This record gives sequence, C-alpha cells and structure tokens, in this order.
Amino acid sequence: MFNLSPKNDTVTMAIFAIAVLAMPLWLAPIGASYPDLLQKFAIFGIFAVGYNILFGLTGYLSFGHAAFLGVGSYAAVWSFKLVTMNVLPAVLFGTLIGGVFAALIGFVSLRRSGIYFSILTLAFAQMSYNLAYSVLTPITNGETGLQLTQQDPRIIDSLFVAAGEGLPSTNLFGLKMSGYPGFYFCAVLLIIAFFISLRIFRSPFGLKLLAIKSNQVRMNYTGFNTRPYMLIAFVVSGMYAGLAGSLLAVTDPLAGAERMQWTASGEVVLMTILGGAGTLVGPLLGAGIIKYFENIFSAYNDQLLHQMLAFLPDGMEGAVVALLGLFVGEGWHLTLGIIFMAIVIFLPGGLMEGIRRIGGMIQKRGGGKKPEQTGGVMRPTEQEG
Amino acid sequence: MTILDKKWSRRTVLKGGSALAGAAVVAPTVFVRDGWAAKNFRNNPGNASSVKFGFNVPQTGAYADEGADELRAYKLAVKHINGEGDGGLMNTMKPLSLKGNGILGKKVEYVTGDTQTKSDAARASAKRMIEKDGVIMYSGGSSSGVAIAQQSLAQEMGVVFMNGLTHSNDTTGKDKRRYGFRHFFNAYMSGAALGPVLEKQMGKERKAYHLTADYTWGWTQEESIKNTTEGLGWQTVNRVKTPLGAGDFSQYITPVLNSGADVLILNHYGKDMINSLTQAVQFGLRDKQVNGKNFEIIVPLYSRLMAQGAGKNIKGIYGTTNWNWSLKDAGSQAFVKSFGAEYGFPPSQAAHTCYVQALLYANACEMAGTFAPPDVIRALEGFKFDGMGNGPTEYRAADHQCFKKVLVVKGNENPTSQFDLLEVVQEVPRSQVEYDPSIFGGELGPYEA
Repeated sequence: MFNLSPKNDTVTMAIFAIAVLAMPLWLAPIGASYPDLLQKFAIFGIFAVGYNILFGLTGYLSFGHAAFLGVGSYAAVWSFKLVTMNVLPAVLFGTLIGGVFAALIGFVSLRRSGIYFSILTLAFAQMSYNLAYSVLTPITNGETGLQLTQQDPRIIDSLFVAAGEGLPSTNLFGLKMSGYPGFYFCAVLLIIAFFISLRIFRSPFGLKLLAIKSNQVRMNYTGFNTRPYMLIAFVVSGMYAGLAGSLLAVTDPLAGAERMQWTASGEVVLMTILGGAGTLVGPLLGAGIIKYFENIFSAYNDQLLHQMLAFLPDGMEGAVVALLGLFVGEGWHLTLGIIFMAIVIFLPGGLMEGIRRIGGMIQKRGGGKKPEQTGGVMRPTEQEG
Repeated sequence: MTILDKKWSRRTVLKGGSALAGAAVVAPTVFVRDGWAAKNFRNNPGNASSVKFGFNVPQTGAYADEGADELRAYKLAVKHINGEGDGGLMNTMKPLSLKGNGILGKKVEYVTGDTQTKSDAARASAKRMIEKDGVIMYSGGSSSGVAIAQQSLAQEMGVVFMNGLTHSNDTTGKDKRRYGFRHFFNAYMSGAALGPVLEKQMGKERKAYHLTADYTWGWTQEESIKNTTEGLGWQTVNRVKTPLGAGDFSQYITPVLNSGADVLILNHYGKDMINSLTQAVQFGLRDKQVNGKNFEIIVPLYSRLMAQGAGKNIKGIYGTTNWNWSLKDAGSQAFVKSFGAEYGFPPSQAAHTCYVQALLYANACEMAGTFAPPDVIRALEGFKFDGMGNGPTEYRAADHQCFKKVLVVKGNENPTSQFDLLEVVQEVPRSQVEYDPSIFGGELGPYEA
C-alpha cells in the first residue's frame, strides 16, 4: 500500500479504506481497539492529512492550525445547541467556519514566508486561544468549556420531538454518534478526506504547490502569481482542521479552549514530521502514534509494570520498574521525545522513509530491482522546515 | 478549479462507490457489540472475580500535588476494601455493609489516568477507562471544570462518577447529574461558614478586592463569598479574573495596592494560590495599613498541601477546609494513622474526600446487592453515615451533595511540625451551611442512562 504511484491510486484507496474500517480488528492486539481512541485516530488523521496539504506540499510551516480545530469544535457545539443534534449540519458548519477563519488568518500571514509566517500563525492561534478565555467567554464558556444544556433551543429538533429527560445525544438520523457508530462516521470522513488529499497531490494544483516549495522566487520570476495558490492550500487545510474539530464535538459534545493552545498546534506538526511530511500516509501514521502514546502509555502505572515484569527476579524487577516508570505514566512525553529525536536524526523523511528503506532492501535482495521509485510526484523532499 | 481538472472516469467513481458500499455493509455487524440486553448495564462484571475502579486525577499541571495525594488515598481505599492493611475507616464507619472481602465478594482492582487538568484530556482518559478497561466506577478531582465535564460523561456512559475534590457550586448545582456524587463541600458553604468569623475578626466596614481563577469554580466561589461579605456590610471594590495556571500574578497584584481595598480575597487553588499568595506577601500587602486598618488576605478554600507550598506566608490567613488531619474524632484519627503508616506523612483534605468517596461507593454496592448503577445510586441517595471524619453526614438525594460540618481554619502562627500548618478556628455545624437545593437550578436527569 505504500507504493503510491498514480497508476494504482484506486488500489491504494481500496486498501486504505479497508485498513481504516478494519482498525477495530487489527488494533486489538496492541490494546488500542476501543471506540474513543479509534475515533481519535480517525479525527487526528484528518487533521494531519489536511495539515500535510499545506506543510507537505508548500513547505509553509504553520504553527497555528489548532485555532481552526478549536473554532470547528465551537461551531459544531453551537450547531448542536441552536439547531439540531443531527451531526451533518454540525460537520458542515464546523468545516465552513474553519475555512472562513483560515481565509482571514491566511490572508494576513501569507504575506510573509519562512519563520515570519510561522510566527504570525502562532501569534494568531495564541490570540484566538486567549480571546476564547477572556473576551469571548459568552461564546466559549471559558475554562469550563462549551457544553450542552437542557435549556438549549435546538430549533429543528424541538419541532419534531419533545425534549426527553436528560441531555440528548448527537446522532445521524437517529443513529447515536458515540461508541463504534461514531468511529465509523469519522472513518468514512477520513477516507473521503484522504481521497481528496490524494487528488490534490496528483493534480496540477498540487504540482504548483510543490513548485512553490522548491523555489518560489523562480515561480514569481516566470510571472506566476503564487499567492492565490498558497491561500487556497491554506484554506483547504484549515477546512480539514475545522472538520476534525467538529468531529471531536460530534463524538463528544464539548469544546474547550485548550484545543487551540500552541501545544495542540505543535502536536500536528510533530505528527506530520514523525510520519513523513509530504507523504500521503505518513501524517496518518504520525497521528496514530502520538495518540496511542498519549492514551495508552500515559496510563501505565507501577502496578501494571510489576505485572508485566513479574518474570524477572525480585531485586531486578524493582530496578527495572523504577527505570521504566520514568518513561510511562506521566513520563510519556519523555518517551515520545526520544522517539521523535531518533526519527528526525536517523530518518529525516519520517517513518515513511524507514518503510521505504526497508522496502528497498527487500527488493534489492529479491530481484535486484532499483529501490528508487518512479513517478513520485509526492516524494518527500529534504526537511527544511 | 484546478483540483478537479483531472477527469474522473466512470470506472473510478464506480470503484470508489463500491468500496464505500462495502464499508456500509461491514459496519453494522460491529455495532452489535455495543448493544446490550435490557436490564443489563455497561461494564457489568457478571461472574468475574474482580471489578475495576478508575482513578482519574491530575498528574501534571497546577493541581498535580493534590492529584498525587488523591491517588495515594485511592490506593489505600482499595487495599482496605479488599481487607488488606489495617482497615482504616472501615473500622469507624457506621453503618457499614462492607465485609472486608472486596465488594459483593469480588476483589477490587484499579486503573489510573492523568486528567492534565483539562476537560478534553480528562474525558479521553475516562473514556479509555470505561471503554477499554471496563471500570464499574471512576473518580477523581481537583478542578471543578474537569469534574463537571467528567460527570456529564458519566451520565452519557451510564457509569457512576464519584467526584473528588471539586468546590464549585455548579457541580451539585446547575450541572448536577444523576450519575455524579460529591462528598466535598462547596463555595456556598465556605461563604456561609466564613461570614461570622470574618465579621468577628475584621469588622463590618471593609473593602474587598477579588482575584479569581477564571473558570466555574472561581466564578461560583467569588459569587458566594461576595454575597456573604456584602451581607456583612463590606464593599466589593473590584473583581479580577486570572487565567488558570498563570504562574506570575504580579500584574494582578500591583493594582490592588492603589485600589483603596483593605482585604484581598484570593479565589485561587493549588499552585495558583501558592504563587498569588506568596507574591501578595512579597509585595508587602500584609504590612500595609489601608483606611486605618491592617490589610488582610483571605483564601476561602484552603488545603494543607497549599499551606506547605506557601510556607510562612500563610500565617494568620483565614479560610475553610473540608477536613484537616489534626481533627480528634475517631474516624479522622484512624485515617491519619493508616495513611501515615503507609506513606509516612499525614493526608490532605483531597486525599480524605477521595478515600471516603471510594469507600462510600463500595459500601453502596454492597448495600444494594448489585453493581447496577440505578440501584447503587438509589442506595447512595439520602444515605446517612458517621465516623468518616466529618461527623454525621448525609448524601442529600435532591442534588447528590454531602451535608456535614465545615471547618474554618487559619494559618498556624506557631507550627509545631512541617505538617501542623492549619489551626482549626471553628467547626461550623451543618445547619449553618445548609441551603435549599433549588437555588442553583439544574436537573439530575434519569436513573437509566
């Protein structure tokens, strides 16, 4: 599935769709097969795939994408509060607002490139975050987070059904969007999002974005106005982020400002670089790994370690548990940091480069074919940030 | 647009369509897993020999100290429920249904998680516990915003949430839930208990300046304390909201000096309170004379862990707590003894309330004879007990709030040890802090989630 030449796109899509939909099965052995984490995989997959359209193709490093994620969440929750608990309007609304926000921020930020662009986006995101905590608390409910209440109007719902006891849950025409149905909803959207991203990578538009990455000055000299293309790429990736944000609200109708914090923006950068910027599947892998660490590794405690290492002799067990204890539980950031460093140092192209190298080795041994890929429109160029 | 320049052959569309259709066929077979028969409930232990509790506490962030102490208490509670250790409060609690062999003969195990003091992270962690680890109850606290977020999740998921340390009126007020219970006291009670003491110590003519943590707990505490102090005749000069985990409060404290206020009320908790109080003292507020009176600082919600962090700055500062280890009743003594034997230092009020909550839940299951949440909830509602360190206590059925006495405390002027930091000024009886549940609004919701 990693040989992504244009010819076998359809095959890629089919394999990808099956792999995503079958996640509950093949993730079970590593303890990641429960609805909430699966939903997170799909949602942050969408986020990272969208981010990759901007960063992977144009090389513009945005440090403020979490703002669009947060805005998408707020938009979706407001849609639940004011209009209906059906998820479709919420998703549309969230995506749209994410796009509008991206257009505004992009219009200003894209006047600069390189580090200045990064700083501008970071500043805008941090501004949104602080606004959400201060002036905008009537809209965002501040630190407590925006939540559903019994008194919400829900105009459309109130026309058809009487409000029941307790809070209503998000649904797709009656199908509850928590648990596995919620995951499949996100998974289908991920597949669609991935498909669109694939089309963009293959399109002349994608090629222009790549050209901007390799030499924008030359593009300009040939009389080519790059800015509209940059803005479209920025807005598209902002819409992806808005979609991801609205899905977070769909699976769990609550929106908090911490989704917009700069650490959240940094997270999607990590995901993309970890997996391989500029590759199609890489950001998805990165998103999966980071979410896996955050949810599974952070939950390991000494009790669990002792159980796992019970086969060691007593004295050694204590020492090993004490040592490993540093890297799990609250220390999961440390483990992630080490892995991230190792990947950036040894595999600058991310996990996808590792996979390609392994693939190349196997091919060499097998038929002596060239390990080099052909037709690689989206081959990851060197990391220059 | 150029993106769509590439032609989509009929073939591509058909292939894509059939892939989606295939997905639609596969999906429902997996949904069935989620469905359950009537009368069954989520994470029913059935014939398993053990049940799991989930302990979701802040291990990082402004409330990490409290979270660490809560986790210690939970581990101790599990030990005692399973009949290990010295039994702790199981020896003093009345009435007690637990037999010291786990719950209904099933051994208790636990899983832990980090809330990071963020609603999102807390709910993700709680969902992991419920969906993956199959916990029958989860518990934890230290931020009311996070507690409320988890409590509404409890209602959606149909798994009981026992609130740890959460002091906002909203937890059992406008955001109360049938599946959430709180043993800890709240901001309203703090105000009601503090009022008379403040009147006696500081008089009726004071000008107060509030610094408030900007989230549900800060808001409700500010409101409750403001209502109390204005009832005494005090004026409120200003109320300023500060972000949670701000670290540096100097920009908020400088304006206090020239505001004409003679009392500073710090609606902060955890590391925030340690920082803001320390800085207020460093700015010389306590040595000042304003309006011919000594400048005073009040910290409405106090804890020993915070006092430890703030050091000598807390001397003579008034506040309230839910419980303090220096209490002399049998329950408190038993808890301090077994916690001390286990960890080598006395427990905090956060540890106490979490320990009690775990025990109360376990006891309610034993009383109900089942783990089915609706029955357990009914067993807890209106449950009256004693011997848990707070005197006679009742879980009020109308809002799932415990009613008991409240302690007004003062930073100890002459501490005898590094833990002897708070001096109990008064034990305010339950009748003085009780209120009508309807004043805060909100609805509990249904028994069947």
